[in-house]
Amino acid sequence: MRFLLVEDNAPLATAVVDRLSLDGHVVDHAADLETAKDFSATTSYDMILLDIMLPDGDGSHFLAHQRRKQSRTPIIVLTARSEVSDRISLLDLGADDYMVKPIDFAELEARCRAVMRRRGGDVSNQKVLGKLRFDSGTGVLNIRGLDIQLRTRELRLFEVFINAPGKIFSKSALVDRLFSYDDDVSENAIEVYVGRLRKHLSGSDVGIVTVRGLGYKLEQS
Amino acid sequence: MTQPVLSGSIQRRLLILLFCASALLAVLLYFVVQSVARQVAQQSQDNILAASALSVIDSARSVDGEVIVDLPYSALSMLDSVTDERVFYVVRFGEDVLTGYAELPRPPLSKARQTAYMSADFLGEEVRIASVSRSFSADLGRDRLEVSVAQTLSGQRQTLARSSRLALGVGAGFFALAAVLAWLTARATIRPLDRLAASVSRRGPTDLRPVTAAVPQEMAPLVTSLNGFMSRLEASLNRSEDFIAEAAHRVRTPLAVVRTKAEIIQRHIRKPENKAAMREMIGAIDESSRTAGQLLDHAMVSFRLDSLAQEKVDLASLVNDMVERLRPVAEIAEIDLVIVCSDPATIQGDGILLQNALRNLLDNAIKYSPADTRVEIRLTKGDTGISLQVCDEGRGFPKAGDADLAERFTRGDNVHGIVGSGLGLTIARDVATAHGGRLILENNAGGGACASLFFPSS
Amino acid sequence: MRKLVFSLVLILVTARVAAFEIEDHSTFGPKQAQEVLRILSTTDTAIFAPMIQSYLANNPDTFIDYTVASSTDVMGAVLQQSQPFDLVISSAMDLQTKLANDGYVQKHVSGVTGALPVWAKWNDMVFAFTQEPAAIVISEAAFQGLDMPRSREDLITAMRRNPERFRGRVGTYDVRQSGLGYLFATQESRVSETYWRLTEVMGSLGARLYCCSSQMIDDVASGELAVAYNVLGSYAFQRSDLDGIRIVLPSDFTTVMLRSVVVPKTAPSPELAGRFADHMLEQAHSNSGNFDIRRWLGPSDGAALSRINLGPGLLVYLDALKRRAFQKEWTNAILQ
Repeated sequence: MRFLLVEDNAPLATAVVDRLSLDGHVVDHAADLETAKDFSATTSYDMILLDIMLPDGDGSHFLAHQRRKQSRTPIIVLTARSEVSDRISLLDLGADDYMVKPIDFAELEARCRAVMRRRGGDVSNQKVLGKLRFDSGTGVLNIRGLDIQLRTRELRLFEVFINAPGKIFSKSALVDRLFSYDDDVSENAIEVYVGRLRKHLSGSDVGIVTVRGLGYKLEQS
Repeated sequence: MTQPVLSGSIQRRLLILLFCASALLAVLLYFVVQSVARQVAQQSQDNILAASALSVIDSARSVDGEVIVDLPYSALSMLDSVTDERVFYVVRFGEDVLTGYAELPRPPLSKARQTAYMSADFLGEEVRIASVSRSFSADLGRDRLEVSVAQTLSGQRQTLARSSRLALGVGAGFFALAAVLAWLTARATIRPLDRLAASVSRRGPTDLRPVTAAVPQEMAPLVTSLNGFMSRLEASLNRSEDFIAEAAHRVRTPLAVVRTKAEIIQRHIRKPENKAAMREMIGAIDESSRTAGQLLDHAMVSFRLDSLAQEKVDLASLVNDMVERLRPVAEIAEIDLVIVCSDPATIQGDGILLQNALRNLLDNAIKYSPADTRVEIRLTKGDTGISLQVCDEGRGFPKAGDADLAERFTRGDNVHGIVGSGLGLTIARDVATAHGGRLILENNAGGGACASLFFPSS
Repeated sequence: MRKLVFSLVLILVTARVAAFEIEDHSTFGPKQAQEVLRILSTTDTAIFAPMIQSYLANNPDTFIDYTVASSTDVMGAVLQQSQPFDLVISSAMDLQTKLANDGYVQKHVSGVTGALPVWAKWNDMVFAFTQEPAAIVISEAAFQGLDMPRSREDLITAMRRNPERFRGRVGTYDVRQSGLGYLFATQESRVSETYWRLTEVMGSLGARLYCCSSQMIDDVASGELAVAYNVLGSYAFQRSDLDGIRIVLPSDFTTVMLRSVVVPKTAPSPELAGRFADHMLEQAHSNSGNFDIRRWLGPSDGAALSRINLGPGLLVYLDALKRRAFQKEWTNAILQ
């Protein structure tokens, strides 16, 4: 996905850009509203992450600007404030969702998906591999015309594989992607979800292959 | 709220003052009326006595050089016409007593004053005496003929008793009228103060605009300082809000940096023991950010509880919004948030606080639920009140209904390994109490905990 | 002070006051009775005895001492205060009023006195218990062939037309001697000029002057007098031995004298005196029985009654100068 991050705090911005890049996303960073407006005018983003407190004004101005332009790009507001009323007014101004810093990236992912799901299917979210079609927005797997709704962890695991077909993922890397940090999980849990995905994929020409000693990879037979 | 220290009441003080003034005037009026009546009674008695004495002196004539006084019958009988009075008289020519009661005291007469009056005791009773004189020629030469007529005072006393009753009536009537007027005056005087008090107390808790209504001159200093106080209070409140927001910003932003970097590092670490250490670190960061969040929430909640807003809150839509909002978070842990029941229900209160309370209950439920379970939300409206219940399928409360759970920073014994500050239930309880309700904690028969906000119907 | 007033009174009641002459004395009830009531009265014992007995009937344990004297003696006794009496009863209402006015009488207030008509009491001191008219007593024989006079005018007319029939046979009070005669005369002269005309007519017929009513009645009864003017009606009505005489209450106006009772300041038993006075007044004003206050007023509707008012007006004719002037005028009229 292509993100626009509007955030004036440089260390945090760098960290977020790095972190999202790790998951294979493309991120543009704007440190103020002017830059953000420039970016959004020239580039089409899948998602805008908008900080509220910016040096040259309130993030709500950017929201209003976007909505005036009738931009369809979803916006998730990042805020460090506590006041719920602030968040509500931001939603009223047209933000699709909001998150309180610090950002739990698993949650961000979930929210992005939820936003996209609310917005309906988007061609750019469609991924095709062999006879398999996957909509990352809705989490629906289509094999030979048959729709399968993946559950959250299955979905997230499958997303990891389909974003990099053929790439080998270790069990521990997968744990990092699937579970939040307060869950006490073992790597055996990964085997359970891999098992479930294999079952879903059994009718297609795509499968998850065990690479002994290294991990798993998605492969077209 | 602290009750003001009372020292009397302006209205009562005004009333008492006016009452005292009225009473004083009434007493004064009583004495004035009585003294006037006394004078009038005295005057009329004196007039009758003088008329009697004059009729006697008019009957005097000189016969053969001798002074003859032919006492007219009416001279004495007229004195007894209304009330029975004892009557005395004496006729003197010079120093000689011609006839009558020689001992009757003699009012001081002079050439200038042809009529004189006096009060005296005579034959055991108080009498009023009138004397008239004129110069008269007789054998013995020219001398003053003087007639004194006296009368007891029973008629005058009767008149005085009557006028005294009248004076008493007038005084009492005056006092009653004055008291009513005093009461009206006191009320009218106090009314602007009442109006000001009413207009201030009618305001919402966040309405700190200056008072602009017209007030009497005397109240201007009060209103000025009230307005000054309110503007300072508003500034102070704004600072508090700003402070909370600022504190949140200052704490969370660095945490966000650290957490994000930690996640990045986590991805690059290969060694399992380092990975585990990094997980713990991220867990610790999450805990402190959550604690900070809840502390700030709690500060915000306390702040808002001090002046509870009274708006109509649609609980059903509030529940729906909050559940939708938390659904992505729940989904990560594969937990289903299910609104089992959503009766239409509204409540008077602070929507933001109620939202916060519900979010804390839902947060807890999501946090303590194992994967692949349901969290059920029920909004029910019964005869006794409105219940907003959040039930999970987790391990339940250590001891159902334990109110200590809601005490600040208290956490159940069985929650090791789960991030939480323990403030969530405190916030929920405080919000429930402020809305006249309570927080009920119980365990399901089939396992799992239920936390309910219960608002009894008033 | 008292002595001075007394001396003043001396002038008008003349020297007879000095000697207190008892005309009659009698006692009623048991001598050992607990309560003793002393009454000084001008009323004959025979006339007042029934009243005393009616009191004793209800209060047997009372000893009543009843002394009769002339009205001037009665007054003198009260003024002297040497002999204490509990009740003083007198027909001389002017003297009774004078006693009260000058402070020799105490007030008496009770339920009975409260109910009395206004004319029957003065200052809660003097209480009237009879009404006694001044009547014309006529010998029927002397008036044979003449219309029976009904008024003073009738009498004047009769006397003027028949001077020979009445010459020397007309009697009336000597107002210089009789206190009652003086009272009647002064009051009538105040009410009507007719009195003087009548007096002059009587004077021209050589009127005979009397001290007392009973003598006048006797002389009319014996035929010595054809007519007696201003006879105390009560005495005449009580005489049952009279034949051929007529008692006339003048229809123009009938002077009515009130017999009254007072409680002197010096009364030894004022409380008992009050009770007895209440009994008398109750009997008199109850409008029934032997003591009915209206019993001597005849069938007249009262319109012609000229009741002498209790009150200080009576003092006017007790004034020495006034008395002298009146008696002088009267003497001029009657002695021609």
